[in-house]
Amino acid sequence: MIWDVALRKQLRHDGARFDVDVQFRSDASRLVLFGPSGAGKTQTLKMLAGIVRPDSGRVVVAGRVLYDSSAGIFLSPQQRRLAFVFQDYALFPHLTVRQNIAFARPRPGRGWLNPARGAAHLADRVVDRWVESFHLQAVVGQYPHQISGGQRQRTALARALVNEPTALLLDEPFAALDKALRQRLRDELRELQAALDIPLLLITHDDDDVHTLAEEVVHLLAGRVSTEAAQAACVALA
Amino acid sequence: MDGAWVPLALTLKVAGWATFFNLFLGVGIGYAIARWRFPGRDLVDAALTLPMVMPPTVLGYYLLVLIGSQGPIGAWLLQHFGIRLIFTWQAAVIAATVVSFPLVFKAARAAFETVDPQLEDAARLLGLSEWALFFRVSLPLAWRGILAGLLLSFARALGEFGATLMVAGSIPGKTQTLSIAVYEAVQAGQDDTANFLVAVTSITCIAVLLSAGRLVPGRVVSRA
Repeated sequence: MIWDVALRKQLRHDGARFDVDVQFRSDASRLVLFGPSGAGKTQTLKMLAGIVRPDSGRVVVAGRVLYDSSAGIFLSPQQRRLAFVFQDYALFPHLTVRQNIAFARPRPGRGWLNPARGAAHLADRVVDRWVESFHLQAVVGQYPHQISGGQRQRTALARALVNEPTALLLDEPFAALDKALRQRLRDELRELQAALDIPLLLITHDDDDVHTLAEEVVHLLAGRVSTEAAQAACVALA
Repeated sequence: MDGAWVPLALTLKVAGWATFFNLFLGVGIGYAIARWRFPGRDLVDAALTLPMVMPPTVLGYYLLVLIGSQGPIGAWLLQHFGIRLIFTWQAAVIAATVVSFPLVFKAARAAFETVDPQLEDAARLLGLSEWALFFRVSLPLAWRGILAGLLLSFARALGEFGATLMVAGSIPGKTQTLSIAVYEAVQAGQDDTANFLVAVTSITCIAVLLSAGRLVPGRVVSRA
């Protein structure tokens, strides 16, 4: 079992209450959480990653227990070793593309400093390899606001993957991109997942993401996994 | 007129130390208030901003009560270390620090609040400790606003008068800062000295404010 997830949390926003109660188990190496905005997808993903703390539940990814409220286990986001790509990528605006990618690389004794700006100062074969495989050589010295949306997404992917995480989580990774670019990047992501053989979980409200990328789909509606919505989708496809 | 350099040097020393302490106090507390949600946060914020709106003489009186030889802190220092703070330049540093603290604290809090929390989450997910992400993400993105606040607090400390007079007095060459020296010179009818001191103070303050103005607006790195 790759994904074994049960998460419960009561959210309060401006006085309104919203309950997330999501459970799914899957062996799909490309799993898509699908649902309209406001279904609790992003909250679910953040709980999976450990940056939002659930009230109770259990998260096991590829055999590693990341969270188990009944056993009192809660791994911090730092300990989970998950690659996370935010919807708007959350690239560090004060760092170049290369510094962003090298951000998480271990540098003994210099943990409180950012990687040096000039590429010459930093001979890191691993970073070089990721820069090359994402075709970012031309923009390594540029800042995030100077590069295109597709390059930003590749930078975010490279930054997240650089330390060999156990799984890749993506929050609406194509929503910030031009329509024309989306399909190409979907294909790229699919190839990347196959090449790295890393479990991938993606959340989206876009049908096309599901068609291209999903090995299995979990439908979310109003904070819950919806079997009705899944059946309706099957009927629509048939 | 040569005597004018003594209060100038003393003022720079006092304001420099006050700004140095506020760098740590203002940035640390500003970050804590910006990032932690706890009951009574607004009250703490208001209490920490109080020195900005209270009359400096009232602050000086509070300080006198605290660090005077009868006060809880003053008595403790005297008993254990034999230190008398009142009427020393160190007391002037304490007065200047307290009075100018809100300027750094407010600026730091505002600067940290403009840093997207998602960037800090991203750093956590990349394995950074809270300390590392503070130095590698939050501080680099907020330093501009913090520096502007520090310069303003330095300018405020340069001009500090009321609280300093209460706790440090006006001992020429020892605790007599520029603004107090101006007052004394005018009282004594030494117009030349007063003119010179006023010119030196004005030029210093304008230089500080110009630097602060250059740092505050624009050039904020856009979120990508």
